[in-house]
Amino acid sequence: MHRTKVKVLEGVLDANDTIAQANRADFDRAGVTVVNLMSSPGAGKTTLLETVLGSLEGVRVGVLEGDVQGTQDAERIAAVHTRTGGHVPVAQINTDPGFGGECHLDANMVRSALPSLPLADLDLLVIENVGNLVCPAEFRIGEDVRVMVSSVTEGEDKPFKYPLMFRACELVLVNKIDLLPHLDFDLEEFLANLDDVNPGVEHMLVSAKTGEGLDAWRDWLVRAATREPAAV
Amino acid sequence: MHELSIASAIVATVERHAGGRPVVTVNVSIGRLRQVVPDSLQFCFGMVARDSVCEHARLQIEIIPAVLRCAACEHEWTIDEPPFRCPACASGNVAAIRGEELGVDSIEIEEMSGEMSEATNGHKEDACIAPR
Repeated sequence: MHRTKVKVLEGVLDANDTIAQANRADFDRAGVTVVNLMSSPGAGKTTLLETVLGSLEGVRVGVLEGDVQGTQDAERIAAVHTRTGGHVPVAQINTDPGFGGECHLDANMVRSALPSLPLADLDLLVIENVGNLVCPAEFRIGEDVRVMVSSVTEGEDKPFKYPLMFRACELVLVNKIDLLPHLDFDLEEFLANLDDVNPGVEHMLVSAKTGEGLDAWRDWLVRAATREPAAV
Repeated sequence: MHELSIASAIVATVERHAGGRPVVTVNVSIGRLRQVVPDSLQFCFGMVARDSVCEHARLQIEIIPAVLRCAACEHEWTIDEPPFRCPACASGNVAAIRGEELGVDSIEIEEMSGEMSEATNGHKEDACIAPR
C-alpha cells in the first residue's frame, strides 16, 4: 500500500455557483431583476414586502418565499392586492421536505421553484430567504442584489457578530424604528458598526408598522427593477 | 448549520476525484472571513462521509488569514475583526485578497502498491504523506 496525493483545487461551492449562474441566465433572459432578501427570523422581511409590493409603480413583481416549514409568509404575500386589482404571484420553497431542513436557500432549491413562477411576466423577483444571519450569506442563488433587514430589537453589535452577512449586502433596512423610544438600542453606534463592517453601504431607517421610511424602500425597489443587469 | 451543506459538498467534490479509492486525508482551506465553524464542519463531515470514499478520511482544515487591500492607496494588511477600513488612509474602498477561500485543495488516497495511480479527474503528484 502507498499513498498518493491528488490535487483538487476546487471551490466547495462551485457546484452551487454553477447552478446560480444558470438561474441568473434565466432571469436575464426573462428581463427580471432578482433581490435576495435576508435577515434573522422575525426582523420584518415579509411585512416590509407586504407593505410596499402592492404599490410599485409600473413594476410587475413576484415573490419566492423560503422557509424551513409552513406557508404563512406566502399566504400573506398572496393576499396583497396590486393597484390594478391583481395579486402578487408567489411561490414557496420549504427546505424541510426534500432539502434536509436547510437553514438557507441554495441555488438548486431556487432552480427547482422557477417553473412555479411566471418569470416572463415579471420585472422584479424578490426571494425572501430563510430567516438566519449566517448561512444564507454563503450561498449565491442567482440574484442581482442582496438586501438585508436588521431590526433595532436585535442590538447594535450585530454587524460585528455577523460580518459576512452585513458585508454581503448592498442595502440594509433598519426596521422597527418605531420601537426606539422603548429600547436601549443606540442607533448611532449601530450605524457606526455597520459602516466599520461594510463602509459606505446604503441604509434606510424604516418602520413597517408606522410606514416611516417605506417610500424610500418602495422607490429603491422600483429603481432596482429598472436597472441594467450587472455582469454575472 | 450550513456546515452540513458544506460537508456534503466537500464529500461530493472528493468523490469526483478519488476514482472510488479510499481517501485517507482531505485537505481543505477555509478563509477567515467565511463563517464556517471548524468543529461543526468536522462533526458534519464525519456524518456525511459514511458509506463514501471519505468514510475513514481525516479532514485537515487550514484557516487562511484575511488580507485586505485598499483600492485607494494600495496598502495591504491582515485583519482579524472589523473595521474593514484602510488603517493607512481610512478609505472604505477595500477588498479581500485572501480570507474568502472555501475549497478542497487536495486529497490523499490509499492505493495498492504497483497499481497505476491515475486519478479520474485530478492531477497526480508524487506520492507523499504529509507530516501532521
